[in-house]
Amino acid sequence: MTATTEAAPLESEGHEETPGHGHLTSTGLSNEKLAMWVFLGSECLLFGGLVSTYLLYRNRVPASQGPKVSDIFDIPFTSVSSFVLLMSSLTMVLAVAAIRRGDEHRTRTWLVTTALLGATFIAGQIYEFTVFFREGLGFTTNLGGSAFYGLTGFHGVHVSLGIVMLLSLFALSARGKLGPERAETVDIIGLYWHFVDVVWIVIFTVIYLIPI
Amino acid sequence: MAITEERALESGIDALVHPDDEIGVWKRPDSNRGWTSWLTTVDHKRIGIMYGAVALFFFVIGGIEALVIRTQLAGPEQDLISGQVYNQFFTMHATTMVFLFVMPILAGFANYMVPLMIGARDVAFPRLNALGFWIFFFGGLFLYSSFFLGGMADCGWFCYAPNSLKQFSSGHGVDFWVLGLQITGIASLSGAINLIVTTINMRAPGMTMMKMPIFVWMSLVAQVLLLFAMPVITVALFLLMFDRLFDANFFNVAAGADPLLWQHLFWIFGHPEVYILVLPAMGIVSEILPTFSRKPLFGYPFVVFSGIAIGFMGWGVWAHHMFASGLGPIGVSAFAASTMFIAVPTGVKIFNWLGTIWRGNIRFDTPMLFALAFVGMFVIGGLSGVTHSIAPADTQQTDTYYIVAHFHYVLFGGSIMGIFGGLYYWWPKMFGRQLDEGLGKVHFWINLIGFNLTFGPMHILGLQGMPRRTQTYAEGMGWDVWNLMSTIGSYLIAVALLVFIYNIWRTYKRAVPAAADPWDGRTLEWSIPSPPPIHNFDVEPTVEHLDQWFHDKYEETLDGKIVKRDPAPTLLAEPQQHSDEGEPIWPSSVHMPSPSYWPMVVAAGLPMISFGLIFHLAISFVGVTVVLAGIYGWSLEPSAEERH
Repeated sequence: MTATTEAAPLESEGHEETPGHGHLTSTGLSNEKLAMWVFLGSECLLFGGLVSTYLLYRNRVPASQGPKVSDIFDIPFTSVSSFVLLMSSLTMVLAVAAIRRGDEHRTRTWLVTTALLGATFIAGQIYEFTVFFREGLGFTTNLGGSAFYGLTGFHGVHVSLGIVMLLSLFALSARGKLGPERAETVDIIGLYWHFVDVVWIVIFTVIYLIPI
Repeated sequence: MAITEERALESGIDALVHPDDEIGVWKRPDSNRGWTSWLTTVDHKRIGIMYGAVALFFFVIGGIEALVIRTQLAGPEQDLISGQVYNQFFTMHATTMVFLFVMPILAGFANYMVPLMIGARDVAFPRLNALGFWIFFFGGLFLYSSFFLGGMADCGWFCYAPNSLKQFSSGHGVDFWVLGLQITGIASLSGAINLIVTTINMRAPGMTMMKMPIFVWMSLVAQVLLLFAMPVITVALFLLMFDRLFDANFFNVAAGADPLLWQHLFWIFGHPEVYILVLPAMGIVSEILPTFSRKPLFGYPFVVFSGIAIGFMGWGVWAHHMFASGLGPIGVSAFAASTMFIAVPTGVKIFNWLGTIWRGNIRFDTPMLFALAFVGMFVIGGLSGVTHSIAPADTQQTDTYYIVAHFHYVLFGGSIMGIFGGLYYWWPKMFGRQLDEGLGKVHFWINLIGFNLTFGPMHILGLQGMPRRTQTYAEGMGWDVWNLMSTIGSYLIAVALLVFIYNIWRTYKRAVPAAADPWDGRTLEWSIPSPPPIHNFDVEPTVEHLDQWFHDKYEETLDGKIVKRDPAPTLLAEPQQHSDEGEPIWPSSVHMPSPSYWPMVVAAGLPMISFGLIFHLAISFVGVTVVLAGIYGWSLEPSAEERH
């Protein structure tokens, strides 16, 4: 009965109980990383609900209520901005690889590149929204408009939060507080970033590629 | 944000650290004494107690609303309250009981008990845990602030759109409801992530998943359901909020919107929610029955896997809430069949419980009485639930009191009986004082009789055709007697609750200390003193068996008898000495996380943002600033790990 043996000397305990150190958890996965995976599982249902709403509503637009998304979208333009977003996953991987090697300079380079690519995507989205609005499709114009802006808007907010996190990492690194021992933090934010990219593949397919 | 808890565990009670490395705005709080320390605590046990206390407060409020409703319905054609107020009361009664009582008090049990039962010193993310509690607390206050700011929501707890759009509910009540539930939803989600990670990652050495106490299993399943159900209702709430506040079209039927969209989204959340409310209570009962029958849980793996099966199948039955909405024969048949199937794993559990009690050496202490009542009442509620899978009959019963009777038998007769059982069972562990057994039995019997008197007659009322959610009814329908009985029953429930509150007060006054293991329990929480020290365990326990503490206490002799070990096992936490006032002094070298102001600050910003969305956007900007300041302070808070 190890559980009931005489109390071991307490002084030897120290920090070994600290949560967050991968090798001490039951699964071997650190608490933070597991939490991010669990959170992303939850996010799947969030986007699932929004995608379903879009699929339900995208064609419910009588001719008298303004344009449908499919009447006015520009597939080549959005394909390019999607490509930019997907490339940011590559640079994110490079950032994680760099910090694992302990190369802080390259870590910063790739972090800021990832953020810039993300920002380019967001800029493209803002441009697209502006064009749509000029062509007569606003958030309140019709069902398709509400569903389109709702879905892509939620995704845009996710990308923007990701950019904030990447820039925070960049700032930490610039102050010398992001050494290789914190590679996992970059890894975890990378998980989030890849998730947001994967979700965009689904959204892009649903909105732009599946014919009506 | 990446949820990082990078701080090392801080020191014990008396040796808390004064951090020199100040980066945050304030010093890190370092006290564990006095009432203010409760505001900054990150101790899972204190957070659990706060969840429980706030939940019981909301239970009383929701109960008062129910009493007003029942008083209004005591006789035909009464006008104690107007139809308008009546709508608000039944809406807030249900919203309160589901979101502000049962969910948080079960979160409180999980918070308090899961780390103790798996042999951990805290949850995975202590500050996130505090954040979850404060968000729930402020969210609840925000929901009820609508009472003073122009009226509460009047759309029912399901709040069907388009009925809940501005044209049909022009006050701010629904806005408060939509935003308030989004706030409490954040609390549930963060709590779910925290408890899932804690359960999966922080088990004591040797505690494999199939050696976890059954309550830990059932709360794990419930938290996974929460994790996936919360985002679905979040989508629904966002869409409704956009419609009401920013003139979107999601539920605007004039623009061609589908009124079933809300119903589907709501019930895809709403049905798993039912299991979120009842699975942890099943877990509590599955802990109580073996302890008081002095037998192990019969068929532990079956209980575990039927719990998981309920968790899966709970996602495939939502449309049985919508049989009356014209889904078409194929949809109705499919959901009718799945509704019948989900009764199977539930039935398996019932037989496991019966098998546990069978030939047990039963003690009828108060927790056991409540657990037995849970089994009995839940069977009644479960059976009336299966009748809903007969779609033609359900179409007849929809929106009648039959439905009200059914879900009160599963949620009151089930969840709340389990919760009371859990309170009596774990009270000595949580507070070091045992609730009075005599008063407990008075509470139990009045509660059981009152409950059946209130909700039993509703079956008959419903089958006689009395509709739900109507403020009054005509004379001569044959409903008068049953309604009067029901109202008398509801007052009995209130009396029972008063007895319980008196019991708490008297237990507090008498201050008779409870033993570490008053019920001869089986799981690890009974292996440490009552109440547990802040660090829970002096030494990390090692687990070899399911019901480890039972195996520590008992052994099997050669002729197959179970006898107490001699000497009895030592507790897994022992005070080194006692102060002059008899307060235990604990060894101070175990490091626990420091308290923090920031969870409360971040949480306080959320209702401000919501008030701003309703009244004036300027308030929202203040709220956003508060949240950002809170996150900034949180990130830069000194970790207080060095003691120099």
